[in-house]
Amino acid sequence: MRLFGISRYKSCLMMVLLQLGLLALFTPSVAHAEYGDVVLNTRAEEAGMRPVIFPHWFHRIRFKCKVCHTELGFEMRAGANEILMADIIDGKMCGRCHNNNIAWGPQNCHLCHSGLPGLKTGIRGGDSTGGPGKW
Amino acid sequence: MNRIFAWTILIICVGQGFALAETLTETGAKVSPWKLLAEDGLHDPDGPGMKYLQEPSEALSQLPEDVVGNKVNWVRTLDRGFIDPRINLYSAKQEKVLDLDVIRQNTGEMNMVRFPHRQHNEWLDCTNCHEWLFKSKAGATKFSMYDILQGEFCGRCHGAVAFPLTQCNRCHSVPRSAKAAMTDSNKRALMK
Repeated sequence: MRLFGISRYKSCLMMVLLQLGLLALFTPSVAHAEYGDVVLNTRAEEAGMRPVIFPHWFHRIRFKCKVCHTELGFEMRAGANEILMADIIDGKMCGRCHNNNIAWGPQNCHLCHSGLPGLKTGIRGGDSTGGPGKW
Repeated sequence: MNRIFAWTILIICVGQGFALAETLTETGAKVSPWKLLAEDGLHDPDGPGMKYLQEPSEALSQLPEDVVGNKVNWVRTLDRGFIDPRINLYSAKQEKVLDLDVIRQNTGEMNMVRFPHRQHNEWLDCTNCHEWLFKSKAGATKFSMYDILQGEFCGRCHGAVAFPLTQCNRCHSVPRSAKAAMTDSNKRALMK
C-alpha cells in the first residue's frame, strides 16, 4: 500500500517525525528566572577560596539599590569595584552591613564564598551588561 | 480509497501531536521558574554554606509576577508594599521622590520613550544616574539603542537587574499621536 505516493514504511516514519515536530513546536520550554547574580572571582580562587556569589534579588528585597550604590559606594558595573577581605573586616564595602550588627559577620566565609570553582567575574543571568547584548 | 485512508492517518497524527504538546504544557506550567541554588550553575552544591542560603523560589514566588528577568515585577512589588526595603544605613537623609516623566521623541520609527522618574527614584538616588551618566538638562545626553545594548546608559541596569531590552514596548510606549495631548501637562518634560 502506498500513501501520498510513497511507501508505507516511509510514510509511517514521516508521520512520527511530523508528530515529534509538532511536539517540539507547541511545547514551550520552561523559561527559568535570571537572578542577576554577581560572581566575584578576581582574587577568591587564587587565595584558595570558592568564588563569591552575590545575589542581587536577595539584597534588593531588604535594601533599596541606593543603599549600596550610593551610601556604600559600589559602582554599578560588575568587576569595577575593588573588594578586599581586609576592607570588609575593617567595616568597608560589604562589611558596612556584614559586621554581625546589621547582617552576619565576615567570619561566615562559606555563605559568600559559595561558587563553583572556575567561574569568571561578572554578572550572570540570561541577559548581561558590560558587553555585546545577548538577547 | 488509499488517499482517504492517508488523510485520516495524517489528521489523527496531527491531532495526537497537539494533544501531547498540550499535556506536556500543563505539566510544564507547574514547574517552578526558579532554579534551585544547587542547580543554578553558579553555586557549588558541596559548599558548606549552601544549607543556610535562602532559595530564590521561597522569596520570589510571593511577589507580583513578571514574564521576564527573575520573574518578579519589582516596581509593583515596592508600590504595593510586598516588601519594605531599607532606604539607608546610617545617613538620616529624607527620601525625596521626583514624579516627572521624560518623553524622548527621537526614537526613529519606534514609539516615543517615556522615562518615569518616580519608579526609578523609588529604588535609586538621583546621584546614581545624575550627572555622570545622564545630564539633568533635557536633551543634553546623547545615547542610542546601540549604547544601551552594550550595557551603557539604561543598559547599566536593564538587562541585568531590571527588565531586559527584549521588552521594547515597556519603554517605547508613547505613540507620536499622543504628543499634542502631552505638552500641556506640567508633569512631563519633552525631549528631542
